[in-house]
Amino acid sequence: MKVKSIVVALLSAGAVTLAHADITVGVSVSATGPAASLGIPEQNTFTLMPTEIGGEKVKYIILDDASDTTTAVRNARKFVSEDKVDAIIGSTITPNSLAMIDVAAEAETPLVSMAASARIVEPMDPKRHWVFKTPQNDLQMSTAITEHMSNLGVKTVAFIGFSDAYGEGWWNEFSKMVDLRKLKMVANERFSRTDTSVTGQVLKIMSANPDAILIAGSGTPSALPQKALKEKGYKGKIYQTHGAANNDFLRVCGKDCEGTFMPTGPMLVASQLPDTNPMKKSALDYVTKYEKAFGAGSVATFGGHAWDAGMLLVNAIPVALKKSKPGTKEFRAALRDALEGTKELYASHGVFTMTPTDHLGLDQRARVMVRVEGGKWVLEK
Amino acid sequence: MNLEIALLLGQDGIVNGAIYALLALALVLVFAVTRVIFIPQGEFVAYGALTLATFQMGKTPNTIWLLLGVGILVALIDTIIAVRGGNLGRLKRIVLWNLVLPAVVVGLVLLLEPGKLPLAAQVALTLAIVVPLGPMVYRLVYQPLAEASVLILLIVSVAVHLVLAGLGLLFFGAEGSRTTPFSEAQFQLGTLAVNGQTVFVVGTSVVLIIALYQFFGRTLYGKALRATAINRVGARLMGISNTMAGKLSFTLAAGIGALSGILISPITTVYYDTGFMIGLKGFVAAIIAGLASYPLAAAGAVLVGLLESFSSFWASAFKEVIVFTLIIPVLMWRSLTSHHVEEEE
Repeated sequence: MKVKSIVVALLSAGAVTLAHADITVGVSVSATGPAASLGIPEQNTFTLMPTEIGGEKVKYIILDDASDTTTAVRNARKFVSEDKVDAIIGSTITPNSLAMIDVAAEAETPLVSMAASARIVEPMDPKRHWVFKTPQNDLQMSTAITEHMSNLGVKTVAFIGFSDAYGEGWWNEFSKMVDLRKLKMVANERFSRTDTSVTGQVLKIMSANPDAILIAGSGTPSALPQKALKEKGYKGKIYQTHGAANNDFLRVCGKDCEGTFMPTGPMLVASQLPDTNPMKKSALDYVTKYEKAFGAGSVATFGGHAWDAGMLLVNAIPVALKKSKPGTKEFRAALRDALEGTKELYASHGVFTMTPTDHLGLDQRARVMVRVEGGKWVLEK
Repeated sequence: MNLEIALLLGQDGIVNGAIYALLALALVLVFAVTRVIFIPQGEFVAYGALTLATFQMGKTPNTIWLLLGVGILVALIDTIIAVRGGNLGRLKRIVLWNLVLPAVVVGLVLLLEPGKLPLAAQVALTLAIVVPLGPMVYRLVYQPLAEASVLILLIVSVAVHLVLAGLGLLFFGAEGSRTTPFSEAQFQLGTLAVNGQTVFVVGTSVVLIIALYQFFGRTLYGKALRATAINRVGARLMGISNTMAGKLSFTLAAGIGALSGILISPITTVYYDTGFMIGLKGFVAAIIAGLASYPLAAAGAVLVGLLESFSSFWASAFKEVIVFTLIIPVLMWRSLTSHHVEEEE
């Protein structure tokens, strides 16, 4: 793992041959390893970022952390000690982002994470003072799912999730919401990304006979339980999380995914939003740019989180520039304050309004429920 | 748990066990003949499955360029050695196996539009692309190190695994794929519904195991491999080339790997790194057999498959832990009951 990531890091470092710029942003993405399907669209997105903000040139230093916590921390250390960056964006996944917090706080450099867990910015403490994040909290998405379930008259639910931080995080938030909504949880199972069979878990869940099942996985691996459930003849409702909201998931899952529900950021169905929805313009803006560069239908919600992180900086840098010069401690502090002062910023996934206690800043406008129909995402009204 | 669930779990365990058995056999074979612990075995599983999946998506798999590239590299090295040694008679064979064969395969893939061919032809093309990589990898990486210690060979194996997995990510992307099943048939065995693909997997594994048994017992090449496994120096004195034995065992291992990948890709989603995990489970089975006995390895593989399937029902969060913990009592039992023989250096 180490050797591979070093080689990749060297290669990607070599690829960035921009001349010395005034503002430097260090980016650590998981472009290889288990989270590669999330990291690659994020890495692509940085090629679309503006290279000039507020009249100053911006240089992005993009490193791969190979979905590995140690490498993520090493990247962050390199950013602050060698490159003297003004801000860090990263990483793709929660464990890496949590590990980078210490480095960012120590060097008093703002960090914007692209990972989902609420623990990255909560509870607010002197370290998280420097940390922001762009993806919706699991809690927000859980609320959307349970609300949708109750509306459809679901009484009993089962849960099957990844046997890692992603699945565990969802279990915590989702089981809480299920209790609040007076639904009954009848089964709780785990599977791993690399599993080749989930027959055991699926049989156990089906013997509990739930009205609806939530599969908490990300990317194509979350198609495996769904296919097994259909194969064994499960007739109830199946929900996925926004981690599965990419086109590869649809490709692998095929007809077994028809009728599946999931919560997601509005950008996935941007073109279906009513014109009156103020989110439509900013979400379509990113989708159009990405698809122009990487081909029609290539856009994934994960890239949107990277875009939003970039938009937060685009919005905050001009404010900070009024106070100080890039490359200084004062500028980093001013940038942090400016990020915290973000108000009503329309981005691809939602509208950001930060406060000293809320370093995510998304509200209900950041999520919609979608349904899979004819191999496409359809907005649930 | 009732009988029906137990039967379904048993069926699932045996299907997975059949695949692990094939990989365990390949691992035992390669280790016995070359002393290499063949960690990249799993990459051949992924390459086989994903090359076939790429055909079925109507695209050209990048593995053909890898085949061509590695072929050219091998031909270059072998030609230099042959010319230096004044051994020009070998040139014809070098060119035939390393340049002409890959070129023909690449030509066929580019001309035929494999997406429209029948499944059997797609499988044959996939094997023609992936299997030659086995002996080529042996030639490039392991042959110069043939006399090195097991530890060095292991470290090199890790390196080869990382290179092949990285190339897999480059060729196939991070997301997984599935292929169309060989058979959509459904059988009713009492209360148990069995689908055609699982019968196919178990059947192919059994046929392959019997074929290997016959190969080792009855053919000259098979006996040559066995002789090398028992005593490398002795075999060489009897005129059996260690290089030939190494290449042959890697060809078989690559073939078994690619075929396993093709067999499982309709039942599960295969990723560029799926092979590693499957290979590890096969490795657990091979360890149960002490990296020496073929029947024990096959039995161990079925045990791993069943254990995995039942533990996923009872304690899904601890499934991998349970499977890999199996290796500890086995190793203790092995080290207590057998004498440790120092390897000759």
